[in-house]
Amino acid sequence: MKIIVITEQRQGKWNNTSFETLAAAQQIAAALSGTVSAVVIGKGLDKFASELAGKNVTEVLQVEHELLDSYTADGYCVALKQVIESAKPDLVLFPHTYQVRDFAPKLAASLGKGMIGDCIGYRNEGGKLIFVRQMFQGKTAADVTFLGAGPWFASFQSGAFRADQVAAAQGGAKPVNRVAIELKAEKIRTKPLELFKEAKSAVDLTQAPLIVAIGRGIKAPENIPQAEAVANAMGAEIAASRPICDEGWLPMERQIGSSGQTVAPKLYLALGISGAIQHVVGMKGARTIVAINKDQNAPIFEIADYGVVGDIFEIMPALTEELQKDKGA
Amino acid sequence: MKIIVCIKQVPAKDAPLAITGNWIKESDIGFEMNEPDSFALEEALRLKEKHGGEVIALSMGPERVKQTIKEALAKGADRGIHIADDNLSQFDPLGSSSALAAAAKNENADLILTGLQSDDQGFGQTGVLLAALLDRPHATIIMAIEASEGKLKLKRELEAGWFQWIECPLPAVLSIQSGINKVRYATLKGIMAAKKKEITALTRESLGVTSEPTQKVEKIYVPVKTKKTEFITGTPKEVAAKLVEKLRFEARVI
Repeated sequence: MKIIVITEQRQGKWNNTSFETLAAAQQIAAALSGTVSAVVIGKGLDKFASELAGKNVTEVLQVEHELLDSYTADGYCVALKQVIESAKPDLVLFPHTYQVRDFAPKLAASLGKGMIGDCIGYRNEGGKLIFVRQMFQGKTAADVTFLGAGPWFASFQSGAFRADQVAAAQGGAKPVNRVAIELKAEKIRTKPLELFKEAKSAVDLTQAPLIVAIGRGIKAPENIPQAEAVANAMGAEIAASRPICDEGWLPMERQIGSSGQTVAPKLYLALGISGAIQHVVGMKGARTIVAINKDQNAPIFEIADYGVVGDIFEIMPALTEELQKDKGA
Repeated sequence: MKIIVCIKQVPAKDAPLAITGNWIKESDIGFEMNEPDSFALEEALRLKEKHGGEVIALSMGPERVKQTIKEALAKGADRGIHIADDNLSQFDPLGSSSALAAAAKNENADLILTGLQSDDQGFGQTGVLLAALLDRPHATIIMAIEASEGKLKLKRELEAGWFQWIECPLPAVLSIQSGINKVRYATLKGIMAAKKKEITALTRESLGVTSEPTQKVEKIYVPVKTKKTEFITGTPKEVAAKLVEKLRFEARVI
């Protein structure tokens, strides 16, 4: 099985999920006696290509073009289609990033193929490759297989594999091959403008050792002070899942998850958070996770060290009182 | 501006999921408009209010899906298109998108909007695939739309707090990020008006769509736990006391 991994960089920086996907590709290749090549796409990529050449890959494919300097879905699709047609892989793997979501299904469709996106793992059952992804917001897992001939397209979710498990090249750097592609400006229909960050947040949640986070279970903004009381009694920062910030109940910079901040505090107390995957990717690195939720099947309990199935509105005041007592002691 | 909004009907958020094979038992549970799609609908209605035109709600699935189309009509969509199909859950992303693309093609809309992903299958591919199948420019994870002179200026959300403005010509396909707007409720007047609005019924056959599936969901199941969770029980007071003790002396994090 010939696997190629499409890595991702932006403005001189790797998207680190690229290496997680490379690790996944190496593991699949080892299981199915396959090979792995790594693709890097953009402009001015020598530094990225040579870093990839230090990994255990067959070759690095360096895809450069003036018009690939800034990401566009059209530009990436036109270029990568040519790369795939010449490299003829059986399996094309991507990190499941926002950028990949934006172009990879189209790239696959342009070759008449489908994509299994947002996978959290794979299984090899006697040479048959099964991709595992989540459905119903993480409440169920699904085994998905490809039908028909390759190339197959799949993406792996952030955190599904470990970047530090990428195998290094043995006996010197691997070859870097430049792939010439044809790309005309009129093929790119969208025009990327400036990249920017919204007003810098006053609070840096990534530095907070203790975080109390609220989700839909908080029900209404007037209930938030109850959660803030818990946070204050503990000396923790308050944070939230996306829906809470979408509603404007807490500012956007308090959001944890794929579209917000990624944190790894000593303690993460999740109050009324179901644990949809978009949230979990932002906090699963916490050392200790406590989940309080009324639904015993909430996916948050899968990653919790301590769980309480119950009503947060009963437990929050009791917890605040207990913590204050504790402090006074 | 003529706008098509793709809306999926999904099991209600609190619906109990009884797994059977590669899907869930659909009898006895409630269904609702996929929440991410409700943001796309709202955005379409706002664009129409600003620039004039028409909003068409397009959905696919069994007969019950009409209820969700009616909800969109009650909120202000002008008409609906229902691709009747009892097997929606068995299509791969390319399969359902092919049917939606065929229905959309006949309408020749300026703009097609989708939500970011569905809360049931969560493939998150429909918008991008519609763009591919209809050969239109597209953009995803949109946080703001400014339309002028046949052109769109779009604010895309990237990861880790980054955003980007991009320009995109019309006609186009956009996937809308959840939270882009505050979704309206249907008014009584809207609900009454919806009764007179037209819902066109189509099928994959009538659209001439025959796509071979590229992938198959073999089975779905409750995920295997990777972490051992210690559950704490008792009255709220007992739970609080035990939890604080655990966090202080066992986990040693507070």
